[in-house]
Amino acid sequence: MDYTSWINALIGGVMIGGAGALFLLGNGRIMGASGIVGGLIDGSGRSNMTERLIFVAGLVGAPALLGLFKTLPSTNATSNLVLVVVAGLLVGIGTRMGSGCTSGHGVCGMSRLSIRSILSTLCYIGAGVITIVIARAIGVLA
Amino acid sequence: MRNLISLATGALFGIGLVISGMTDTLKVQGFLDLFGAWDPSLMFVMGGAIIPMFIAWRVAEKRSASIVGSPLPSPPNTKLDRPLIIGAILFGMGWALAGFCPGPALASVTFGGTSGIAFIVAMLIGMFGYSAYNKMRA
Repeated sequence: MDYTSWINALIGGVMIGGAGALFLLGNGRIMGASGIVGGLIDGSGRSNMTERLIFVAGLVGAPALLGLFKTLPSTNATSNLVLVVVAGLLVGIGTRMGSGCTSGHGVCGMSRLSIRSILSTLCYIGAGVITIVIARAIGVLA
Repeated sequence: MRNLISLATGALFGIGLVISGMTDTLKVQGFLDLFGAWDPSLMFVMGGAIIPMFIAWRVAEKRSASIVGSPLPSPPNTKLDRPLIIGAILFGMGWALAGFCPGPALASVTFGGTSGIAFIVAMLIGMFGYSAYNKMRA
């Protein structure tokens, strides 16, 4: 049994939750990646554009900076660009329609026992599990 | 101060996502592969993340404003509607197919190659398209 990935998952998870806690108590904001980016894209976040842009700069920039000093783990992403684009469109449409993703609903909403976030998390994990089963069965995923 | 907190939040979130394994698409797909070679390690990401966040909400309840003086979020909406459910299902399908959700995709965009960039572009188009469609209908 390799426990490294479990420990890394826990440490990384605490950092993610710590970031969310900082954003909440510091700025009074909920750390949801799709909401922050979506507000930049569709103009609904016009009133706090700077805050959103700086958040994204940190999110993109900090791992890039870390990459200068150590080798970052591969994303192991598929090279099937059709699959990637279909997935990206589904994630973009779905997170805006459903008002959140893994960070907003899964971490920030679940931890305040929001009924919407709990239902959302059950739905996207459930849909993900079923999608993997179907995608493997029809050969879309190895 | 507000901008510094935003930067620190984004940075801590990004590094946490990389360390946790959330930017590894095979790991994410392994987590969702409940009926196959299930890799439960990512449950610890959500578990680990919910602990500080749960405490933060308890602290927030006792405060009247954030550190920078802005209002704290209002109590959560309790309306369960169709867009919430359908949106989450569409998101889950895309999450499973590529192994990326929005945060990890952005955190790994500088080292994830063409696929990562293509995912982000498609995601942004999806976000823009959904909002444009909504405005058109209204």
